[in-house]
Amino acid sequence: MTAAVFFGCAFIAFGPAFSLFIFTIAKDPLRVIILIAGAFFWLVSLLLSSLVWFIATKATNAQDLTLQKNLLIFGSIFSVILQEVFRFAYYRLLRKANEGLAAISEEDGPPLSVREMAYVAGLGFGIMSGAFSMINTLSDSLGPGTVGMFGDSQYYFITSALMTLALTMLHTFWGVVFFEGCERKRWWVIAVVLCVHLMVFSLSLLNPFYVASILPVYAIMLLMAVWAFFSSGGSLHNITLLWTCKTRLKPI
Amino acid sequence: MSTSDSEEDSYNERTALVASEIPSVPSYQQDPDQPQPADMEPRRRTVAPEPAAEPPSLDRSAVEREPVDLEEEEELPLKYGAKHVIMLFVPVTLCMVVVVATIKSVSFYTEKNGQQLIYTPFTEDTDTVGERLLNSVLNTIIMISVIVVMTIFLVVLYKYRCYKFIHGWLILSSLMMLFWFSFMYLGEVFKTYNLAMDYPTVAMIIWNFGVVGMICIHWKGPLQLQQAYLIAISALMALVFIKYLPEWSAWVILGAISVYDLVAVLCPKGPLRMLVETAQERNEPIFPALIYSSAMIWMVGMANPARHAEPTNQDTGSSDEEAHRSEGSALARDWVEPETQVSSGMNRSYSTEDDLDEEDRGVKLGLGDFIFYSVLVGKAAATGGDWNTTLACFVAILIVSVAVRKTKCWRRK
Repeated sequence: MTAAVFFGCAFIAFGPAFSLFIFTIAKDPLRVIILIAGAFFWLVSLLLSSLVWFIATKATNAQDLTLQKNLLIFGSIFSVILQEVFRFAYYRLLRKANEGLAAISEEDGPPLSVREMAYVAGLGFGIMSGAFSMINTLSDSLGPGTVGMFGDSQYYFITSALMTLALTMLHTFWGVVFFEGCERKRWWVIAVVLCVHLMVFSLSLLNPFYVASILPVYAIMLLMAVWAFFSSGGSLHNITLLWTCKTRLKPI
Repeated sequence: MSTSDSEEDSYNERTALVASEIPSVPSYQQDPDQPQPADMEPRRRTVAPEPAAEPPSLDRSAVEREPVDLEEEEELPLKYGAKHVIMLFVPVTLCMVVVVATIKSVSFYTEKNGQQLIYTPFTEDTDTVGERLLNSVLNTIIMISVIVVMTIFLVVLYKYRCYKFIHGWLILSSLMMLFWFSFMYLGEVFKTYNLAMDYPTVAMIIWNFGVVGMICIHWKGPLQLQQAYLIAISALMALVFIKYLPEWSAWVILGAISVYDLVAVLCPKGPLRMLVETAQERNEPIFPALIYSSAMIWMVGMANPARHAEPTNQDTGSSDEEAHRSEGSALARDWVEPETQVSSGMNRSYSTEDDLDEEDRGVKLGLGDFIFYSVLVGKAAATGGDWNTTLACFVAILIVSVAVRKTKCWRRK
């Protein structure tokens, strides 16, 4: 039972991200490095925001639960803002590195387009964020025992896995949209991404009322997927070409 | 101390091994498409000979290398650098996975029974925090001075061409690693999973494992088998360090070793630098048993003698560890560290030698680096029990190792 839960939740949470990694990233060493560097940037943003939260909790009364919960909410909002700031910082770093590479590369143009970097960076953020959310839960799900005995929801593991999957995909789409917005100097895109991120966070506060949190988050994820698709050059024309296998799609 | 000797011996052995044992047949050339080693290596090489007043051969080789290195650097900067970085990510990740899996499942390596290495004599069972901190700093000072002394002794031995001594020492250390430590490890795994086993079967397993390991590391063998053995040895050594180093001392030592590593490799008077330069001067490869290489090139009678250095580098790491083991379980570990560090330093300086054929050149990483990273991640896994910490350490190590290699590359340039 515990092994089944472990494997099921692991595959739900990490299956798509893992397949994306295997099929699109693993072959190209440059993409792997950008992925890991993206994961590192997310880690640093989390570290800094957790420092803020840690100091706040240590400086206040640990017994006051409402205050602690509010501090947690404040810490998480700060973390969301910091994650987007670091996403922007990573964008700047990648742009600079790409220009440097293009200048010395023997091929025409940079080795990686901004859209590729956007996708890889977003996936890096997503994988790290998902891993940090899910790994301890997965390790606990191996047992012995399970959740739901003291009135907690018995769906904790599976909803955690679903939420992790949604968050990983959302980070990927946000990366694509964000970088595209920065490239086109559309700064409102950054603000929209930040707001959507905050919205997803506040929806997660509705747990354990999972219907109210998981379903809207997935709806948002689908909307973001459509936005990312159109933002990175996709169109209805491309989709029809894909379905009818008429002609090769142009690389982005 | 014998441990010091072993350290220095390991370095000498490597060169001795290279000089005496260069195979006449190219063996198991893997991955002919491998690009040249990371950009930093060429840079390191060009930088290495410059500060020292080396004989003309060295200057010539440096001059020869420079234009080629610059060319290569300009042409294939990030692409090959990235590929090399990935080629190192995989074994480092594997080693860390083995160490973390063992730490999480076999409780032997996290049990503290008060036993400590003689290199860390000050106990951490003190009453106050200040005392504990002082003890760990003192332990670190002792450990690092042992490492420095051993490295210098090794350089001295190498300079005076005591190759047989080094050779023998490396073999002894690999023996200890491959037989004794793996026997202990196997025993603990059986205990953890409550598997019954008889002595004749264990003897067969360990005998086969050890002999094949010795052959692969010190002589010829399939590249992947050799890489697997080097990873296994590094993991075993890291586990021993995790078990026997007290908590705070381990963290302070890790910090001090990274500083020492940078200093020893980059300083003009650093022992590792001198070792590399002497080896370059003599056109000899460095010890094979202490360096993990992603490509094996065994070529004899080449115009560019520098190339010999690369294949031989693979073995030095293991010999160091063996030397340590012969000293005694507690002592053995320390020897590995300096040896591997020296080897890693030497490795780096040698990796740039191959100007001729980029594709044949793999990347090299000293086993000391493997052990160092694995100890870090293993300690994180053992201390917290929290998977987030372990994962964070893993990602940080990958990024920092890339950054450090690039920095060393640029600084030596």
